[in-house]
Amino acid sequence: MTTVLLAIGILVLLALVFGGILGYANVRFHVEGDPIVDQIDALLPQTQCGQCGHPGCRPYAEAISNGEAINHCPPGGQATIQALADLLDVEAIPLDGDHGTESAKRVAVIREDECIGCTKCIQACPVDAILGAAKQMHTVISDECTGCDLCVEPCPVDCIDMVEVGVNTKTWSWDKPQGVTSTSLNIIATDRQTEAAH
Amino acid sequence: MQAFDIFSFHGGIHPPENKAQSLQLPLGRPGLPNELILPLGQHIGQSSRPLVKAGDKVLKGQTLAINNGFLSSFLHAPTSGTITAIEERLIAHPSGLSDLCVILQPDGLEEWQALEPLVDWQTKNRTDVLAYLSEMGIVGMGGAGFPTQVKLQGANKSPLTHFIINAAECEPYITADDMLIREKTLELILGIEVLQHLVNASQVVIGIEDNKPTAIKLLNDLLDERNSTIKVAVVPTKYPSGGEKQLIQLLTGKEVPSGQHPADIGILCQNVGTCVAVHDAVYLGKPLISRFTTLTGDALNAPQNVEVLLGTPVSHLLAYAESQDNRLHRLVMGGPMMGFTLDSPQVPVVKTSNCILAATKEELPPPAPEQACIRCGMCEQACPVSLLPQQLLWFSKSQEHEKAEHHNLFDCIECGACSYVCPSSIPLVQYYRHSKSSIREARESAVKADLAKQRFEARKARQDAEAAEKEAKRLARQKPAPTKDASKVAPKAAASAAPATNDEAKKLKVDLAIAKTKLKKLEKQLLSAQENEHVEEINNLQLQVTDQANQVKDLEAQMAKVAPAAPVAKPTPAAQDSASDELKKAKVDLALVGVKLKKAQKQLDETPDDADLKQKVADLQAQQQAAQAKLDQAGAATQVAAKSAPKPAANDELKKAKVDLALAGVKLKKAQKQLAEAPEDAELKQKVADLEALQKAAQTKLDQAQASDNVTAKPASGEAAANGDELKKLKIDAAIAKAAVKKVEKALKKAEELQAPELDTLRQQFKDAQQRASELEHALANPNAQPKTTVASKPTQNSVGTADEDKKRKVDLAIAKAGIKKAEKNLALLKEQGKSEADIQASEWPQKLLDAQQKLAQLETATPAAETASAKKTSTAAQAQPAAPTNADDDKKRKIDLAIAKAGIKKAEKNLALLKEQGKSDEAIQASEWPQKLLEAQQKLAQLESTEAPQSNPAKAKPSTIEASTSEPANDDAPQASLAEQIKQQKIAVALAKAQANKLAKKLGVEPDNAEQVQIEIAQLKDKQAQAEHLLEQLMKQQESQ
Repeated sequence: MTTVLLAIGILVLLALVFGGILGYANVRFHVEGDPIVDQIDALLPQTQCGQCGHPGCRPYAEAISNGEAINHCPPGGQATIQALADLLDVEAIPLDGDHGTESAKRVAVIREDECIGCTKCIQACPVDAILGAAKQMHTVISDECTGCDLCVEPCPVDCIDMVEVGVNTKTWSWDKPQGVTSTSLNIIATDRQTEAAH
Repeated sequence: MQAFDIFSFHGGIHPPENKAQSLQLPLGRPGLPNELILPLGQHIGQSSRPLVKAGDKVLKGQTLAINNGFLSSFLHAPTSGTITAIEERLIAHPSGLSDLCVILQPDGLEEWQALEPLVDWQTKNRTDVLAYLSEMGIVGMGGAGFPTQVKLQGANKSPLTHFIINAAECEPYITADDMLIREKTLELILGIEVLQHLVNASQVVIGIEDNKPTAIKLLNDLLDERNSTIKVAVVPTKYPSGGEKQLIQLLTGKEVPSGQHPADIGILCQNVGTCVAVHDAVYLGKPLISRFTTLTGDALNAPQNVEVLLGTPVSHLLAYAESQDNRLHRLVMGGPMMGFTLDSPQVPVVKTSNCILAATKEELPPPAPEQACIRCGMCEQACPVSLLPQQLLWFSKSQEHEKAEHHNLFDCIECGACSYVCPSSIPLVQYYRHSKSSIREARESAVKADLAKQRFEARKARQDAEAAEKEAKRLARQKPAPTKDASKVAPKAAASAAPATNDEAKKLKVDLAIAKTKLKKLEKQLLSAQENEHVEEINNLQLQVTDQANQVKDLEAQMAKVAPAAPVAKPTPAAQDSASDELKKAKVDLALVGVKLKKAQKQLDETPDDADLKQKVADLQAQQQAAQAKLDQAGAATQVAAKSAPKPAANDELKKAKVDLALAGVKLKKAQKQLAEAPEDAELKQKVADLEALQKAAQTKLDQAQASDNVTAKPASGEAAANGDELKKLKIDAAIAKAAVKKVEKALKKAEELQAPELDTLRQQFKDAQQRASELEHALANPNAQPKTTVASKPTQNSVGTADEDKKRKVDLAIAKAGIKKAEKNLALLKEQGKSEADIQASEWPQKLLDAQQKLAQLETATPAAETASAKKTSTAAQAQPAAPTNADDDKKRKIDLAIAKAGIKKAEKNLALLKEQGKSDEAIQASEWPQKLLEAQQKLAQLESTEAPQSNPAKAKPSTIEASTSEPANDDAPQASLAEQIKQQKIAVALAKAQANKLAKKLGVEPDNAEQVQIEIAQLKDKQAQAEHLLEQLMKQQESQ
């Protein structure tokens, strides 16, 4: 009987000790905010385009952390979906076509002689990448442009084009080799191959 | 010559050297090509900024482009000639892409610009010499093209132990450096001395592979001759010993740590070509405009080394080296290991082109197809950087960039040794290059994303701040407003200016009215709550009622303060207020007790034996009696107060009496209902009788109050204002009486249905009520005439009277409109409920709608007439009083009318749209009243707008002019105004016709069945439109002529 009591006593004691440690750790190492949102936000492309249906990337990050699908980000494309899937330990699903399709990186270009200086695009730009003043010609700072498309719609004279960013010698990258192809399997001549040839 | 300790590095391969072919012939000097293509980006870093433009004549050595930032370089004209263009051309790049190039057409004169050598380089400031080298366009000529001055600057971070001159030239085929050393040994040594002076390293070593004996001998001889401290270190031939880091390891045994530069461990490396270029720049003043390049490969009949001007097209060199085009299979720039295939021979030689390899198919066969990795590990053995090529391959293939980075992918020098040894012919280097560029891209996009995020957040913060500022401003604006008002009122009140106090009084009145309505509403709620026996709600509502009552009291007190200043003073004694408050409270108590009592009684009914309940009921009854007593007392007090007070008090009493009556009526009704349900209940009968008595008492009280009110009102009836009040009161009474008649009628009907015994009493009541209503109506008719007579006698009060009339008319108008709305609503409801047309016609609503519309029309016709009348009156009155306020009032009125008209149009349009949506046919829509209404509203709007234009003008003008004559400006504007009006109307007509035509056209598209009919209609409309347009034109002409 005493052994049983002793065991129970020790277990209770241990429970109290560890409970105390956990309680202390909870207070001492308390994390403010939701760290997962920051991590998700870091993976998103930050185009702030709103194609996911949220006003910016962070709101979408918050939505994802609250259970929204991870395939609503066309600018990020499959790579972002994969990264999110890895982070959240969920299955990588194909991009949801309802929110747009993955396209080559583009920047907005204002046809400057057609610009009437209405400043509507300036107000629409989520990253302040358009320069100009009322009744003055506007122009896009192409380095800052995220290619979000949001300035195109409000333009009353339709003088904004989304131009694909072409590769130049500085941005060019090597192609990935084809890898082991089916033709390369036939490198060694076999009887079967000669039979087939006849 | 002393031996130099040579170390070793891991891995490396020994491919066939193939260096002999290009050393058979002496150094060649190909002639000038037709044009020189000079890419602006021949080096690592930012492209140069061109200084010349198309058409410029340039001399040999003239600067064509200057550096564009820190990591950039200069570019010079390799020969004299004309700049024909600055355009995109194919350049020597593995991508085969185009880039901006300066195109120079040589004139063949080779006319140098004035050369200014840096003769005093030994005494010159180090920075100046570096700047000079930069201006001479010197970049690393080994392969990367790193701007030399930047490299030298970087080397200055820490004291250098070794200054290594790279003459290893390990790649097969290439002999350019070998030839350079042979041809320009002295220049090389002098160049090295200049650089050594700049970097001041403790040891200067020329690293050279042992396959260049001639060059080694020449170097040693010259160094011995000059007693130089420069050492020559001969390294065994092994690829890639010419790699910077590999050569450092060979000569010093030190390994450059991952991610660091040789300068970080006190070592500087320079290519022999760079040293010669430095000599040319410093000693001769010649910028970097040419270089040694090996032309080799089996496809060339005369492989050799050439000193070639930068920008020379490869095709020119191939022709010089007698290329056999039919044998040429692959053109490579650089060596066979690290070079890249050229897509076109039109690309130019640049500062980093050390070899052009024109290979035949046998020489450089197409790569064998890639096979699966067999994990032989030979790549690992060959890797000069001790990486794990196999691992890197897996990571590259599966895009696991992070892991690849962990395995030091970026330490790979892309020497190609692993690919060379791979038995499965896997293009390992290409995998690594792809991975590297993917990672770089990802890093760049991450940087960009960060920037975008920052900018987005900054923008959001800015917007929030702006919004907050706006809000703060708005609040700030809102706050000072009342104080401003008060300050405005105060001095004016002090000056006893009547209009200001009037304004204040008006405002207060409005507030008071609002507060009173709220109070009434709350009381109503309280009453209903009491009826429905929600105890908690009652308490809550009671609190609210007292609050509201307090507010009303406050307002009344304020009003009383203001009132003395106002022309029509209305003393409101406070005593009465408190008395009425008390009364109210008492009533509420009574009602509460009554409710409780009722509840208890009900319970008692259900369980008649419960002694407790009986006791409770008794208690409650007692309480009720007490409350009643209190109420009576309070009522008496109020009556006393009311008696002491003049007319308003009487009014209050009247109201109270009416409320009592109404209450009694309600109770009576309820009791009757109960009675109807249970006709045998004697108690109930008793109650009904009691209540009837109570009602009668209330009625008599009311009569009394009215009588006293009349008495008090009569003396004041001489004044027009009082007349208006009385009129209003009478009307209210009449309305109440009518309502009572209706109610009784209803009750009567119900009683008839149930054949209740008190039918007679109800009938009697009905008769009484009817009589009373008719009496009131009669009374109402009489005083109506009174104001008219008074109006004639007193002009100053005229305006007040007319204003009252005006108001009345408007109220009537509003009521009529509301009536129409209601009727319409009901009609719509009926329609929705799916009633047939006949049913709807049979119901009273269409008739009612018609009536209301007629009334509205009447009123509307009456209004303008009255308005003109009042305007006339005010204009006559204006002689005595400033007319400005009236004018402003008119203006406001007009505006309101305008807004109403617009709203009417909108509504009509909405309804039309709704009808269409509901799928009604065109005919049905046409048949409905809405198109007509829309038209009417539009016309009215046009009218209003045209009247506003001329009338608002004088209103805006100074009051003094108005005083002079209000009518004059209007008269002047009159013809024009009417013309404008007509024009406007015509315009509207045109627009309307157009719109309808459009609509019909749309319909045509939707309903092809009715096509003919619709088309006819469209034609008609177009006719109409044409007519209207014609008229409009005429009118416009008329206006212009005026």
